[in-house]
Amino acid sequence: MLHTLAVLVENHPGVLMRVVGLFARRAYNIDSLSVCQTENPGISRMTIVVSGDDQIIEQVSKQLYKLVVVHKVTDLTDETIVDRELALVRVKVNAETRMEVLQTVNVFRGRVVDMGRSNVTVEITGDGEKIDAFVRTMRPYGLLELVRTGTIAILRSDN
Amino acid sequence: MNGAEILLEALEQEEVEDIFGYPGAVLLALLDALLRSKIRHILVRHEQGAIHAADGYARVSAKTGVCLATSGPGATNLVTGIANAYMDSIPVVILTGQVSTELLGTDSFQEADITGITIPITKHSYIVKDARELPRIVKEAFYIARTGRPGPVLIDLPKDILNQVVTKAASSKMTLKSYKVFGKGNIGQIEELAKSIAKSTRPVIYAGGGIVTAGATKPLRALVEKCNIPVVTTLMGLGCIPSDHPNFLGMAGMHGTVSANYALDDCDLLIALGVRFDDRVTSGLGHKFATKAKIVHIDIDPAEIGKVVRANIPIVGDVHMVLEELASRLNSPKVGEWWEQIHAWQRDFPLRYEQDGRLSPQIILGCIAETAGDDAIIVTDVGQHQMWVAQCYPIKYPRQLVTSGGLGTMGFGLPAAVGAQIAKPGKDVVLITGDGSLQMTIQELATIAQHRLPVKIVLMNNGVLGLVRQWQKMFYEERFSEIQLHANPDFVKVAEAYGIKGMRVTTAQEVKPCLTEAMNHPGPVLMDFVISPDEVVLPMVVPGNVITDMLGR
Repeated sequence: MLHTLAVLVENHPGVLMRVVGLFARRAYNIDSLSVCQTENPGISRMTIVVSGDDQIIEQVSKQLYKLVVVHKVTDLTDETIVDRELALVRVKVNAETRMEVLQTVNVFRGRVVDMGRSNVTVEITGDGEKIDAFVRTMRPYGLLELVRTGTIAILRSDN
Repeated sequence: MNGAEILLEALEQEEVEDIFGYPGAVLLALLDALLRSKIRHILVRHEQGAIHAADGYARVSAKTGVCLATSGPGATNLVTGIANAYMDSIPVVILTGQVSTELLGTDSFQEADITGITIPITKHSYIVKDARELPRIVKEAFYIARTGRPGPVLIDLPKDILNQVVTKAASSKMTLKSYKVFGKGNIGQIEELAKSIAKSTRPVIYAGGGIVTAGATKPLRALVEKCNIPVVTTLMGLGCIPSDHPNFLGMAGMHGTVSANYALDDCDLLIALGVRFDDRVTSGLGHKFATKAKIVHIDIDPAEIGKVVRANIPIVGDVHMVLEELASRLNSPKVGEWWEQIHAWQRDFPLRYEQDGRLSPQIILGCIAETAGDDAIIVTDVGQHQMWVAQCYPIKYPRQLVTSGGLGTMGFGLPAAVGAQIAKPGKDVVLITGDGSLQMTIQELATIAQHRLPVKIVLMNNGVLGLVRQWQKMFYEERFSEIQLHANPDFVKVAEAYGIKGMRVTTAQEVKPCLTEAMNHPGPVLMDFVISPDEVVLPMVVPGNVITDMLGR
């Protein structure tokens, strides 16, 4: 099962290596990883999607806490969260398919960010499933390039 | 002041008296500042010797060991020793020289990314980028190394930082916001444990290095004696209860006693104190370990709980504090029948060896105990001799035995004995080693000679790599491969070449006179005991099988 962990770490050089090295060393699988600064410039937030049963995730969390640079680990999986991913997708188009592709982009609430003679580049956000669905829809037209950020997630507020 | 002087002042603040090290070009400013410092530098002959000596120093003294190496090869030579300290949770602060900051990352002469290399085997590490940070970093490094579950912390010191002249006094205030140390255990869980003890009929205490680290031998003994609970220990736990204590069943695991392993298997309450269910105890079969028991696991490292074996009553905390909290809540269980069973196992399956008058390892060990007395510090290397010590040597107090447990580092013994003797100049230090192990760090004989350390070296010389040979004999139909140490030197002559007294013993009759003479000799002695390559360590758990499946019962 996939778990989404929010890991607050010191914002120092080398911290990413400590965290990622831990996953490799203990044979845990990272499904996706994104890192950013937080509202506190001294602290970075890593959103790590990792697969494993509850016992493995508990170990992952405890091992992460052993790193001196780790402040807090939260498993967001069972919580009510908003999670988002951003993808940039470049699709092949021609005179016949152009309109069709643009309509589909609209349905998915995507945005065209670049356009060439034979391709369009689309920006799309959403949870992983929505992006998967969009990519599946685009594939028959000819997927030229795909860039995804990996999931970021935030807890829904109480009220 | 320059960075080197600030560093030494910060080390003095941490009450560092001795540093084990080896010089190099990037350390010149520090070596120069050392001439004006109260801190003593012990010059070893290889950086691996420095880290093992700091490790041995920490083990016997309960202080934090410190070692120093230069950049590049100096630093990489420490790696084995850092891993060794990490596996056994030994507090060591490692100082490495580094190339100047402007050369970092350019593959410059004697450059190695030692912080990167050692991330998996250090508790934490620092690269100093400004000499003004040194007081804080040194303070944090010592704090991290010795608190919680102790471990090695590395400080990488670029050359220009050691030379950097600083006018303004720097702050030593720690800024460790994310580092947490667990102390008291959960009271509810401790009450639960007290109830479980009162209800149990077949309890066992499984005690490890955590008891030694926490200094918890007194509350452990109080618990054992109040409730009359049998105790088994790990290799690292030897000494947390005296070996002649009536409740002590011996070491558990691969080369443990039969009664210890049977008790672990048959108990209804397993009280695991400062242990990590290592595969040398569980045979790598966590799910088949103590299956009839409710498992209580007390450890200061939350990540150890549930790592190998499920715990019914997990308690995260300092085992000393937890046991003291538990003491007032204890009600004794009824363990009469359990002890009858245990005594029957002890009677039926004692540790035994043939006494046919030959020069056996057990005769040598018995004689060391007799001549060195209860107070002597025993250092071992890794191999058969180490297991014979663990099985037979009367270890009476914590920190008496210095041995490489988790990593099993051949070559640990001699430099660790250097560290032990430096830490405890008034005590007898006996190194028990093998001809394989000794030759891995034999250059440290020069350190012993230079610093006139009166270490007594007992070499069990069988001309082979005994433990590997034993496995080939038992499980590979005696197809001996690469275990013959042909061309061993004459160890007596080697000792003498370093100016160390050398003696050779080939018969059982010579053992006592030799050891008596050696123990009375004011300086170091190397005793070459020539034993048979056919000596084996028994009993032993058949590899891959449950711990009750033992050969040589």
